[in-house]
Amino acid sequence: MMINSGDTTWVLISSALVMLMTPALGLFYGGMVGKKNVLSTMMMSFVTLSLISLQWVIYGYSLCFGKDVYGIIGGLNFLGLNGVGQTPNPDYAPTIPHIAFMLFQMMFAVITPALITGCYVERVSFGGFLVFMLLWATFVYDPVCHWVWGVGGWLRKWGVLDFAGGVVVHISAGISALAASLVIGKRKGYGKTTYEPSNIPFTIIGAFLLWFGWFGFNGGSALVSGGLAASAFLTTNIAGCACGLMWMLLSWNYKRPSALGFATGCIVGLATITPASGYVGALSAIIIGIVSAFLGYYAIVLRMKTGIDDSLDVFACHGIGGILGVLATGIFANKAINPAGANGLLYGNLNQFLIQVYATVIVAIYAFVATFILTKLVDIVIGFRVSDKEEVVGLDISQHGETII
Amino acid sequence: MKKIEAIIRQEKLQEVKDALSREGIVGLTITEVKGRGEQGGITLEWRVGEYKIDLLPKIKLEIIIEDERVNKVVETICQSARTGELGDGKIFIFPIENVIKIRTGETLMSTRSGHKGE
Repeated sequence: MMINSGDTTWVLISSALVMLMTPALGLFYGGMVGKKNVLSTMMMSFVTLSLISLQWVIYGYSLCFGKDVYGIIGGLNFLGLNGVGQTPNPDYAPTIPHIAFMLFQMMFAVITPALITGCYVERVSFGGFLVFMLLWATFVYDPVCHWVWGVGGWLRKWGVLDFAGGVVVHISAGISALAASLVIGKRKGYGKTTYEPSNIPFTIIGAFLLWFGWFGFNGGSALVSGGLAASAFLTTNIAGCACGLMWMLLSWNYKRPSALGFATGCIVGLATITPASGYVGALSAIIIGIVSAFLGYYAIVLRMKTGIDDSLDVFACHGIGGILGVLATGIFANKAINPAGANGLLYGNLNQFLIQVYATVIVAIYAFVATFILTKLVDIVIGFRVSDKEEVVGLDISQHGETII
Repeated sequence: MKKIEAIIRQEKLQEVKDALSREGIVGLTITEVKGRGEQGGITLEWRVGEYKIDLLPKIKLEIIIEDERVNKVVETICQSARTGELGDGKIFIFPIENVIKIRTGETLMSTRSGHKGE
């Protein structure tokens, strides 16, 4: 097997781009919370990078991509990166070093749990959060990743299409956010107090750094440098643009076009196109982007009516976005774009659409139930929420002894 | 002597300061405050819908002045801080018992300078 230097370069750069997304997420989330919780919110993203990178190297990668065990989980053959060397692994990426593939996947493993943190900001203990992240990565991310992307994984064998993580990343994180916010409960004063965003420019910078990183997220998922990477890069950009503009029009129609709304729209569009990015063309990406704006926008409206305190709307943005993206893949996928993929409903393949539906339902149920149990467990054993007094003071001071003022 | 406390718009501070300077009133103290009047706050846009800010940032201006100049100061502030919209602010006038200059320890109740020169 020959290492292709162009492919290797692209995947390494993509890994760095995806890495950037996690601190960008910290900025995106940090700008939307109150002044007394900015640092704790950013810390949740930053620390996840360190925590999950280590988990990944020690056993996470092996559980995801190790030798298959009954289609359910990877074996322990890559424990401590044993056997993950500089030569390619033909099962996953035959033209790049196995280490490069592992690194690229590491950054996905990091950002996925970090996405969930938006649902419980401003009220959880730092210790509870760390334990939960580790448990979630181990019992939700790693198995789901193996099912969809691991050789021998049962959803992969079914033929589910998930180019860059609609099922693995966005559905699993978005649905888990719903479960976690239900267990953890509302912030004190939710529905009575106004939660003013502390720094909208942070959120906008975060959103655009996320967008920049998304080119690595989706473009890098081609695992080669070439036409498919370029195509995924294009659809990513187009869907982000379409959703951002549509979201802006929806909020303008309501009253005024807020910058916060536009930034949110861009992220929802990017999340939605992710599973489809390597299987669809630019016009499909526009349709997917526009539809995702409507669903995301009204999912937030609906969520607000339910009184569920998913603080930064992780479920509406990533859960709904991910579900729509995975289903849209089953509709718009086109073998002319990616011969290694499949045709979707629009090209006469109902079967592919049904596979996408099954995968969505199964992973959503698994993520919800598993996260519900894990969150309860952390709450009972070490306590997930901070005390009322700590919440009132804010997590920056009560958890970290720091303040931005 | 009297203390004049004026709550004004943040963006009007420079105009008010300039107008007072033209009247020979230099000494003043300001504080950045938040408050609520008839206006009751404003609504801002969120990702979806809006949220209400009911305490708005304002500037509190404090001036100690001789009784006979109070009307002039009030008039100057009213003219320079006014936009005609809700939220222009209010002026409060208090009697002052005494004023002592820290540097010299002198009592200023009988002098003309007030805060002037500090």
